[in-house]
Amino acid sequence: SQAAWCELPSRVLLVLTSQRGVQMYESDGSTMVFWHALDVPEHAAAHSVFARGIAAAGGRFICVGTSSGAVLVFDIPPKGTNVTLSEILEQHRDPITDIAAEQGQAPDGAGDLVTADDSGTLCLWSTGEEFTLLGKIPGSGSTCSSVTLWNGIVAAGYGNGQIRLWEAGSGRIRAQVSAHARWIYALDLAPLTGKLLSGAEDSFVHVWKLSRNLDTDDIEIQHCHAECVTDTQVCGARFCDPAGDTFAVTGYDLSEILCYGPA
Amino acid sequence: VMNDIITTMFNRKFMEELFKPQELYSKKALRTVYDRLAHASIMRLNQASMDKLYDLMTMAFKYQVLLCPRPRDILLVTFNHLDAIKDFISDSPGILNQVDETFRQLMETYNCLSDGEFQLIRQTLLIFFQDMHIRVSIFLKDKVQNSNGRFVLPISGPVPWGTEVPGLIRIFNHKGVEVKRAEFTTAGNYVTPQREGSFELYGDRVLKLGTNMYSVTRPVETHMSGSSKNLASQAKENIVPNPLAKEELNFLARLLGGLDIQKPAGGETGFRLNLFTTDEEEEHAAQTRPEELSYKVVNIEATQEPGRRAELSRILGELEVAEPRPGSAEKGEDLLALMDGL
Repeated sequence: SQAAWCELPSRVLLVLTSQRGVQMYESDGSTMVFWHALDVPEHAAAHSVFARGIAAAGGRFICVGTSSGAVLVFDIPPKGTNVTLSEILEQHRDPITDIAAEQGQAPDGAGDLVTADDSGTLCLWSTGEEFTLLGKIPGSGSTCSSVTLWNGIVAAGYGNGQIRLWEAGSGRIRAQVSAHARWIYALDLAPLTGKLLSGAEDSFVHVWKLSRNLDTDDIEIQHCHAECVTDTQVCGARFCDPAGDTFAVTGYDLSEILCYGPA
Repeated sequence: VMNDIITTMFNRKFMEELFKPQELYSKKALRTVYDRLAHASIMRLNQASMDKLYDLMTMAFKYQVLLCPRPRDILLVTFNHLDAIKDFISDSPGILNQVDETFRQLMETYNCLSDGEFQLIRQTLLIFFQDMHIRVSIFLKDKVQNSNGRFVLPISGPVPWGTEVPGLIRIFNHKGVEVKRAEFTTAGNYVTPQREGSFELYGDRVLKLGTNMYSVTRPVETHMSGSSKNLASQAKENIVPNPLAKEELNFLARLLGGLDIQKPAGGETGFRLNLFTTDEEEEHAAQTRPEELSYKVVNIEATQEPGRRAELSRILGELEVAEPRPGSAEKGEDLLALMDGL
């Protein structure tokens, strides 16, 4: 099960995914705005069915991934409950793991949405009335567990502990980091500064800095900071502010949310 | 006892039921299945010892699943379990065959799953074990568990197969050519692994998780009648032997060594295993077990006395659902019905 705030220009919705499907609530949790039940095929018993991966995109849509590899695109009205399933994107053949929308400024030609799956395949999209597939980056054996998109840079975290940076427009790899010793569970991005947060099962949380020089077309990633959450497999990590000065961490068997900030 | 328990556990129908794609059992259902298995021989345990045994099993398994370097390694852990089981019954070709058959089924079903699918299985298991922090003496002693019940997660040692030692940043230009390298350091102290564990029927698993926790560096002095194999397997790693565990094994071996292989006739009802040092301690443990740790399972003692068995079967027969109703059947009922027939 996942929960995510989806910020659209007109409203903020709380979106929950589970084995049943998708639920959307008003931001104060007062009313359920919409729910979508997942189709359970006849041979469902052999493979579990679930929804996973949530992102607000294009100022108008909420995208949710599914275990079949399909991405559901919901059109959200500025008010009320008239949410409609606008499109189903069927480019992935493996369960969706994460979806991310552009959080900065996309350069020309780069899409504004990236979807990732169990095989490590990434798809780049341009959102709109009809979504267009701009590019596909094939996986190379490791699950892409989480993904972010900023200024046309895709930052992807993998089950083998690697972080890779891809250029959204060309689909080319621009950086490879041996970041963690275990499965990366969470990536988050601070849009004001390009700081990247990664949390993994190895107990570590790292803060990185992404940068892109549009004249030279240099893309860089630097290591800023490391925290070790002793004896804890980190399952969630999020920046608490858009500049990335503070962040929160959760872990398996941990009943607390740990907050880190400048001294 | 070993033969009886293992034969029951690897019974073909039982395994068929287990291999059907299904949701995870509820805690209650799992505990009931475990109780039945533990009583599949002449061995008996009182409530307190049974609780203790179940706690031990639960925490040991939680530890193994949690510390798997790769999600796929839960399969290697399973194979380690089976390797150890095969060691226990290496002189019984019939049972050995059953275990091998299960081995093959595991390989067929799971060897081809992706990392993502294994991680999903692992996450499901970890959710089942969430918030369980029972302290296990052998774990506390080996510094594998903290005094607050949480497991120690080492930040050193070999990285999983397929993972690189953290520290390197490589930058590429828009043509895909590497133009820069940088390094970062952390408190971790990792090294590259030597080789990958084997997923074949026989092979070096490399991974130590799932190997016999109570293996000692020298063989147990007693021997079981009808078998020349030792109870404990050869030491696979240098665990400081837990003297209490060794005593338990000695006691068990002595009892088994003195008993006939056949089930006892007439009024004998087998022997009782006590996981505490004295009967009084066991009694005390039963009375003082905290409410939140009680498993709330009704113990049906299935003894070997013919009269009792008929009565029990009658009662169970009345309790059984004739046909499993899809969706509304209590998880594990089919399985329990099956086990009653064994």
